[in-house]
Parts: sequence; structure tokens; C-alpha cells
Amino acid sequence: MTSVPMDHGLLLAGLLFAVGLAGVLVRRNILYVLMSLEIMMNSAALAFVVAGARWSQPDGQIVFIFIVTVAAAEVAVGLALVYQMFKRMKTLDADAASLMRG
Amino acid sequence: MLDLLWLIPALPLAGFLVLLFAGEKLGKSGVAWVGAGSVGISALIAGLLKWTFLTSPPEGHHFTQALWTWLDVGAFKPEIALYLDPLSLVMTLVVTGVGFLIHLYSVGYMHDDEDYSRFFACMNLFVFAMLILVLADNLLLLYVGWEGVGLCSYLLIGFWYKDPANCKAAQKAFIVTRVGDTAMALGFFLLVTQLGTLQVQDLLERAATRWEPGSGMALATALLLLGGAVGKSGQLPLQTWLPDAMAGPTPVSALIHAATMVTAGVYLIARTYVIYTLAPAAMAAVAVVGALTLLIAGLAAFAQSDIKRVLAYSTISQIGYMFLALGVGAWSAAMFHFMTHAFFKALLFLAAGSVIYALHHEQNIFKMGGIRKQLPLTYRTFLIGASSLAAIPFITSGFYSKDAILYQAFTSEHGHFLLWLAGALGALMTSAYTFRMVFIAFFGEPKTHVHHKPGWVMNFPLLALAFLSTVGGFIELPHFMGHAQFFADFMAPSFAHAAGHAAEAHHGAGLEIGLMVVAMALGLGGIAAAYVLFLAKPEIIEEKMKSEGNRKLHAFLFSGLGFDKLYDTLFVNPYCWIARVNKRDIVDLGYSFLAAVGMLVHFLLGLTVTGRVRWYAAGIAAGCLILMSVMVFT
Amino acid sequence: MTIAFYVASAVALFATLMVVTRRNPVHAVLYLMVSLLAVAVVFFTLGAHFAAALEVIIYAGAIIVLFVFMIMLLNIGPPPSTRQESLLLTPGIWVGPSALSVLLAGLFLYVILAGGRSVQAGSYVDAKTVGISMFEIYFLGVELASMILLAGLVGAYHLGKRDLPDEAEGGNG
Repeated sequence: MTSVPMDHGLLLAGLLFAVGLAGVLVRRNILYVLMSLEIMMNSAALAFVVAGARWSQPDGQIVFIFIVTVAAAEVAVGLALVYQMFKRMKTLDADAASLMRG
Repeated sequence: MLDLLWLIPALPLAGFLVLLFAGEKLGKSGVAWVGAGSVGISALIAGLLKWTFLTSPPEGHHFTQALWTWLDVGAFKPEIALYLDPLSLVMTLVVTGVGFLIHLYSVGYMHDDEDYSRFFACMNLFVFAMLILVLADNLLLLYVGWEGVGLCSYLLIGFWYKDPANCKAAQKAFIVTRVGDTAMALGFFLLVTQLGTLQVQDLLERAATRWEPGSGMALATALLLLGGAVGKSGQLPLQTWLPDAMAGPTPVSALIHAATMVTAGVYLIARTYVIYTLAPAAMAAVAVVGALTLLIAGLAAFAQSDIKRVLAYSTISQIGYMFLALGVGAWSAAMFHFMTHAFFKALLFLAAGSVIYALHHEQNIFKMGGIRKQLPLTYRTFLIGASSLAAIPFITSGFYSKDAILYQAFTSEHGHFLLWLAGALGALMTSAYTFRMVFIAFFGEPKTHVHHKPGWVMNFPLLALAFLSTVGGFIELPHFMGHAQFFADFMAPSFAHAAGHAAEAHHGAGLEIGLMVVAMALGLGGIAAAYVLFLAKPEIIEEKMKSEGNRKLHAFLFSGLGFDKLYDTLFVNPYCWIARVNKRDIVDLGYSFLAAVGMLVHFLLGLTVTGRVRWYAAGIAAGCLILMSVMVFT
Repeated sequence: MTIAFYVASAVALFATLMVVTRRNPVHAVLYLMVSLLAVAVVFFTLGAHFAAALEVIIYAGAIIVLFVFMIMLLNIGPPPSTRQESLLLTPGIWVGPSALSVLLAGLFLYVILAGGRSVQAGSYVDAKTVGISMFEIYFLGVELASMILLAGLVGAYHLGKRDLPDEAEGGNG
């Protein structure tokens, strides 16, 4: 296998993470928020895989599998919540759901 | 026989407890039997002890009965112990004897009151506390009794609590005496730190050996104790509570505010007399307080219209005589006057109570008049009491006791001509205001109808006290009249340290007779003046009262020489003002500030709780960013 | 292969940026799929073939489909919802969080590039090794993952019910 510098892989993961974070913080549509969360988790998984490749160990990929599992469960529950929210509030604006305001 | 001593205070205490817990169930006659009976048996036992003391006195003329140890803290080990010597024996006899007669009288006087059992419960508790006070072996126990009688005084002045004025009088009595009590407590602290004991006899021994005569410590202690005595005994400057204390039922006034409790101050000074002999300045202070008080109270008594207030001022005045006697070192004369005063003042109060009872709670002497014919027995007993108070020569006890004081005020080494003069003037005033009361209330035209005549339970105590007021003085006669000194001899062991008194110089019969004649002339002159001004030619007074100045003078005297007003402006009003200003406690400001800061912080943090998920996520991200930066850049 | 890594990275970054900025959700989801596929290529270039396969199957296959289903279910058509999205994206809203994200990215850059030492990554780890390791060393983690999947299943099933009781009536349905 040709080798890629580990730094570059990690750099990609960090940039993806930052973009995902920006999406979570900027978008008010809760659907986009969920998508951005997927991006963030994916970038974290990427970092693990890069590290695993660096040390030629399977552990990075195993953690990736766990992250995928968690992401799947999260998306299932999150989308169900989005569905309920839309049914009740007739909007997808995350800021509208602010009944817990102090 | 002397082992029965503990029963004397125990019986009234038992009576109190029975009345407290079962008073409502006993019925009126049961309450009367328990209430008066317990004190009566105590009086009998006290009589037995007196007889024992006379026939076979115990070694050293005193007897201590330790009941149990109260506290045991290192060297400080006060006991619940009773101490009986001639001084406390006389006090005990008077408290139980006069107390019993007044209880008996109350059975009739209070018969129609709905709180019958509460009254007797308080009275029994009072007798118990007073007995603890006089029999206490140490000053700590004495203090218990001291505060106990203060409490009972409060409870009984405010007995008819439905009238706010009575409650106010009770509070006034309680608070004013508390001022004195604080001084006294400080005195006790000083004693226990300086001499290491509160046990009275040890205390006196140690004081006599450790303190130089005239030393500052003795002076300070004596003055502090004097403060307590002044408060309790209604002396200048704390006398203002006693006239108001007449708000209580008349038997209460007779027992507490005439015969017993108010003389506790006299007892305290007599008990700790050694300290006073070590501080001549304090003795002079005692004498001056007594002399001033007897003059001021005598003046105030002239203007009163309430029969009980007249008697209250005369009580203050007579206790002033006792203080005068103490101040000149005439210890046994003071106790002698205490005893006769207890007899005749209780008699006067009870007779006045009979009048008030008969006239359906009429206390104004100007509305009485002519009771002489309607209530002959009451009139005669009142007259005996008044004669004794006015010190009619030879046949009354008051004459002998007062004469002894005046004689000693002149001749004692601590005495002074001015003190004697104050006493003599006081005698003139005493007889004048006493007979003013007699003439206005009992002579002249009847102005109020007599509702019901007192029965035998009320008359018997009057007769008994009248008898005692007459013969009580014969046990101590002046030198030229057979020189009987039964009382002084009996008291002598209690005042063994008073060297000056024992070696009292005999000034010769001439001086004694001369002084006595002057006092007699003044006393009789007072009566004559009262006769002229208030019975024969009342128009003189009416004429005088027309002028503005005299009316003002009358109002000034009526208010007790304006002491109440003075204290109101000096202490009460400023205090109320401070309390009003400081209603929202200044100290609280600090805590309010803390609370305000807390609320502000809460408000600021509350702003961050927006309920928006994105906001929280941003918060988490920012926090992570900061933490990571810290980790990376440091 | 190295070139493939850089190209895939560029595609992934671009697609991700497009996800975050799209107004039409369907477009966003499509870009998300592109992004995930690009990351799968990155995995492949790094020698993690098994992970690349899983990325395609689970992420690009299952999860994206879920999103599409949801958009369908909510029935948010293009014209009104895009206008709504514009309303939700005023500068005041996106400037602050974007700055925060840029800062974070800058921090990552600094950390990674300032490290200096560049170590080659990209040795091949086959699926067999991963499987053996997963069921021997990470056995407990697998069990836990199964539990979280079960919890997600139950939760999604419950929340997805049409007749879920209203909050006002007390939510113990």
C-alpha cells in the first residue's frame, strides 16, 4: 500500500469535524442539525481509522464500527423525535422547542 | 426538730404543684384548703423551729441542711442547701406567718374570682420562692428564689390580664427590677471570681480576711449588690414600678409588694453585711438612698387618691427607713422594722382590701368617706395599722422600730445628723399622709354604699395582724424603758462580724429621750396637721388648690415626682425610637446583601438558560475550545 | 493511491460544506451521501477496506435512506420550505457559530501541523484481523453495542407511534 501521512488524514478529520460543528450551530432546521451530527461522528470515526492504519492495528476499525452502531441508533431515535416534533409544533425550527427556558 | 426545715419551702411547692395540675378539679374549698393549708403548716413548722432556737439553740446559732449537690464543676460546687440562722428565721417566720394570714384572707377576698386556683397556685409558688430566697445557703440558690419571686410578682400583678393596663404594670415591674437584678448578677460574678465561692458564710469569712476595709473591690461588689436590692425593694432610682404594681389583687399587694418580696433587698444587704462594713462608702450610699427615698415617697404619698397607691408609696418610704438603718449599721434595727412593717403594712393593705371589697372595687379615697360606722371592725384594725405606720408613741410596734432606727441614725458611727433629720421629717410626713388617708376615707359623709360585709375569713387575719402590730414592738424597748433587747439579742449571732455595732457606745438616756421626744412631737404634729387640713378645715386645701402653681405641684407629686416621665424621656422613648429606626435590623443588611448577590447571580445565570439546544451546543463547543486551547498553549 | 486520498479528501470537504449550506433538504441529503462515499474512499486508501465497506453499506445505504424517508414522511416540498430556510439563516445567526467552528478548525490545524513529525499511515488491516479482534478483545463492547441498538429500536418504535399521548395529558404512554 502506498502511504499517506497520518497528519493529513487527521487534518481531514478535524476539518470535517469543524464543518459539522458549524452545521450544528448554524442551522436551525433540526433535520440539518441531525445531518451535521452525522458528519461530526463520521469525522471522529475517520480519526480512529487513520490512527489504526498508522499502527497497523485493527482497533481503529473496531471503534469505527461502534461509532457507526451508535450513529445508527442515534439517527433512528433522532428522526423519530423530529417526526413527533413536527407533528406537534408544525415546524422544524429547533429554537421553537424552547419550553425549558429558565 | 431542726431537720424539719426542708418541709417549710417544700409544702408551698407541693401546694403549688397540686393546684397547678389538679386545681380545676378540687373545687373552691379544696383549693382554699390546699393553698392556705400548705402555707399554714409551713408557718407552724417555722414557729416550732423558732421555739427550738430559743430553748436549745444549735451550735453557733445556725443550722445548715444540705439537700443535694446542685452542680459539680471543678471547684465550683454549689449545693441545694438551706441555712437557718436568726436572720433567716425571722424572715421565714414573717413570710410564712403573714403569708398564711394573707392566704386565709384571700380565701374570702378572691372567692368570686373565676381563676381561684390559678391565684392560689401563684401565691404558693411565691411563698416557695421567697422561702428559697431567705433560706438559701449560697447566693446562687438565693438568685433562684430572687428571680422566682420576681416571676410570681409579674404573674400576680398581671393576674387580671384581661385589662391591658394590668399587663403593662406587670411588665414594668418585671423590666425595672431586671435592671437591678443585672447589677446584682454582676456583683455575684465579681464575688465568685474574687473569693471563689458563693456559699454565704464562707464568702463573708473570706471577704473579711482578704479585703482591706475600704478596698475598691469591696466597694464595687457592695454597690452592685445594692443595685439589685434597690431594684427589688423599690428604692430610688428604681422605685417607679412599685406604685403601678398595685394593679394586682389586694392580697398580692399585701403579701408581695408590702410585707415580703420588696424587703428582699433589705435581706440581701443584711445577709452580706460584712461586705458593707468593709466599704463605708457603700454604706453611706445605702443610707443616702434610703433617706432620699423615704422623703420622696412620703411627698408623693400626699397627692395620691387611690388608697392602694398611698400605701404603696408608704411602703417605699418605710423600706427607705430600713435602708437608712442598714446604711448606718443598725442591722438588727432594720430587721426589726422589717418585721413590724410586715405586720402593720399587711394589716393596712388587708383592711384597705376589705374596704375595697365592701365598696365593690372602689379604690378612690375621695369616694369612700364614712366607712367608720359601716365597717367598724375594718375601721378599728385599719386605725391600728395606721397608728403603727405613723408611729403613735408607746402603744404601737412601729413606734419602737422607727425609734430604734432614728436613734441609731443619730448616734451610730456611720450615722449623721442629716440622716436623722431626713428620718424625722419622714416621720412627720408619714403620720400626716397616713392620717390624711384615714380621715378622708373613714370619716365624713358616706359617699358609696357598702355592698357586702367581709366574713370571718377576712376579719380574722385583720385581728391577728392588728394584735401583732401592737405587741410586736414590745420585744425591743429603748434603754430607758426597761431596755428590752430580745430581738437584738436574738439577731446578734447573725451579725457577729459587725464589731462596731457590738461595741455601741451608750450615749446616755438624756439624748435618747430627747431624740424620742422630737420624733414623737413630729409624729403627733403630723396627725394634728392632717386633722386640721383634711377633716376639720378642708377649705384650706380647696383654697390653695385654686392657684395654678399649687395645682401643678399637686400634679407633680401625684405623678410620683415625675420619675416615670423622666425615665420615659431618658430611656423608654429613646429605646423605642432606636427599636423603630432599627426595625429592619442593621446587622441584617449584610445578609440582605449576600441574598441580593445570590439573586443577581441567579438572574444572570438564568439568562443563559434559553431553552435552545443550539445555544447549549455552542456553550459546550466554546468550553471545549477553551479547554483545548489551555492544554495546547500551556 | 496517494492522489486518490487527496482527491477524495477534497470531495469530502466540498460535499460536507455543501450539506451545511443547502436550503433544500433533499439536496443536502444527496451531498451528505457524496461526502460519506468520499470518506469511504479515504478509508480504502488508508488500507481499512473493511471500514470502507461498512461506511458504504451502513452510512450511505441505511442512514441516508432513513433521512430520505423522513423528508418524505414530513412532506416538506421544495418551494415553501426553502423560503423558510432562508428566513432561518440570517447573518446574525450564522456568524457567531461559524466563527467558533473556524477557530476550532484553526486549533486543529495548529495542533496537527505544529507537531512537525510526519509519520506515514496506510498499512493494510484485513477484515479477518478486525473480526478476530472484535470478537475476542472487544467482545464486551459488541454486546453493549447490541444493547444500544436495541434501545434505539425500542425508542424509535415508541416515538414513531402516531397516537402518542399528548404532553399535556402526562407523557406516560
